[in-house]
Amino acid sequence: MNMIEASRVVYEYAHYDEDGNIDEIKRAVDGVDLDIQKGDFVAILGHNGSGKSTLAKHLNAILTPREGTVWVDGKDTKDEGKIWEIRQSAGMVFQNPDNQIIGTIVEEDVGFGPENMGVPTKEIWERVEESLKAVNMVKYRHHSPNKLSGGQKQRVAIAGVVAMHPQCIVLDEPTAMLDPNGRKEVIRAVRALNQVEDITVVLITHYMEEVIYADKVIVMDEGKIIMQGTPREIFSQVEKLKSCRLDVPQATLLAYELKQAGLKLPDGILTREELVEELCRLKQNT
Amino acid sequence: MIKDITLGQYYPADSILHKLDPRVKLVATLVFIVSLFLVKTWVGYVVATLFLALVIRMSRVPFSFMVRGLKAIIMLLMITVVFNLFLTPGNRVLVSFWKFQITDEGLRTAAFMAVRLIYLIIGSSVMTLTTTPNDLTDGMEKGLGPLKKLHVPVHEMAMIMAIALRFIPILMEETDKIMKAQMARGADFETGNLVQKAKSLVPLLVPLFISAFRRANDLAMAMEARCYHGGEGRTKMKPLRYESRDFKAYGVLGLYLCAVIAVRVLGNYVRLI
Repeated sequence: MNMIEASRVVYEYAHYDEDGNIDEIKRAVDGVDLDIQKGDFVAILGHNGSGKSTLAKHLNAILTPREGTVWVDGKDTKDEGKIWEIRQSAGMVFQNPDNQIIGTIVEEDVGFGPENMGVPTKEIWERVEESLKAVNMVKYRHHSPNKLSGGQKQRVAIAGVVAMHPQCIVLDEPTAMLDPNGRKEVIRAVRALNQVEDITVVLITHYMEEVIYADKVIVMDEGKIIMQGTPREIFSQVEKLKSCRLDVPQATLLAYELKQAGLKLPDGILTREELVEELCRLKQNT
Repeated sequence: MIKDITLGQYYPADSILHKLDPRVKLVATLVFIVSLFLVKTWVGYVVATLFLALVIRMSRVPFSFMVRGLKAIIMLLMITVVFNLFLTPGNRVLVSFWKFQITDEGLRTAAFMAVRLIYLIIGSSVMTLTTTPNDLTDGMEKGLGPLKKLHVPVHEMAMIMAIALRFIPILMEETDKIMKAQMARGADFETGNLVQKAKSLVPLLVPLFISAFRRANDLAMAMEARCYHGGEGRTKMKPLRYESRDFKAYGVLGLYLCAVIAVRVLGNYVRLI
């Protein structure tokens, strides 16, 4: 069975003028179909205002679609009675690390989700322990979140979701407010969760370097899915990505330019190592 | 600069008072405050002083920390003393000049009022110095639990307090940031009279409020995403449980209250002073 499935999802924001009348309706998500398998690492790409964050909020029933349906683990998100089950099985991490940490001590924040679910005290402690271990933050368990770096705070937020034992984690631009080191920390933690704990990951981002590890990449523009496939398939279409104002990883871009200049390089080179290897091979052959 | 303000003024130490259940400390503070208004005689004050001294000794918090809280009320203290000293009518006039006179009764009331106020502040400082803000909110939530039956939103109040405590340092940092950003563009927060200073705060408060609302919105969403749905069916990671030391503390507190009441009642029959 699919972890997350969506069919023809539409969501609209209404803009009101000064008299309170609707003067404009903006379709943030426009007929999106999704199909995410258990254990997948899916990345959703798109520039600002492409509807990717709005779509993310549909995946754990913070928003419900105006038209169409979203199923999380087989449950319809419009079903009010199952809303807490859905939010437990699809956890969510948000962009701003400060605005999603509730506890004044790291371990208390991680325990917040299980507390809400009514997990017995002894088990909460076990869950907090293992979640902090999973994101490598056990050392900081007695610290105040205010004293941590952005990357550390974001890892605490991830631990808080992991403690709820979700099957799937949706991360809505978790690295947008972090420095490069913090970004690496967070992505490393997310990949470990996906590979070690076998948790389905939906990563929403506009940093291309974070996408290359995904099993599947979905590119959104103006509320619609415009491209879908493995990172290699997506990044071999440099022209199309550029046309929807998205960057490609530096190595990919360099390979593309070299190819334009006449070198015989394959499509969809993702990392610097791959590029070096291909260039060496090219040199040996000549 | 703003960040230097410490909140809740908790002083970490390893004492029996730090380990006590916050509910015991809340009740004890309340009892101590009530007892201060019960005592009317010197003997009563001696009992209260002994009790306070014992508690301070047990808390292992340096005495200078206790006195720090007094700075805030020094004006109030002086006004109280001066008014009581000069304006209390009495039988025996000790000193008299111009229209004022100090009577024996005045001297007594002034001294008692001063001691009462000082003990009030020190007594509550002992609690805030030995209890983390978190424990305090937890203690309030659990201690006021019976009020839930009267539909008092105890859990929600405690949650609001806990969140406020979490966000005060964040908002302070933000205020600092906005202030610096505006100072860099020529805003002046320091010169001018009081009205001008207050006016210059408006451009500071507006962005601060907007950002606070945005944060509140984000936080609410994050809490909902983590299955928060009120106090119903919620378990505790660190549940409060009374231990034997807490019952002993209640015992000591009971003894103290009895002593104060005894002194008060006896004072009506035997004029000690």
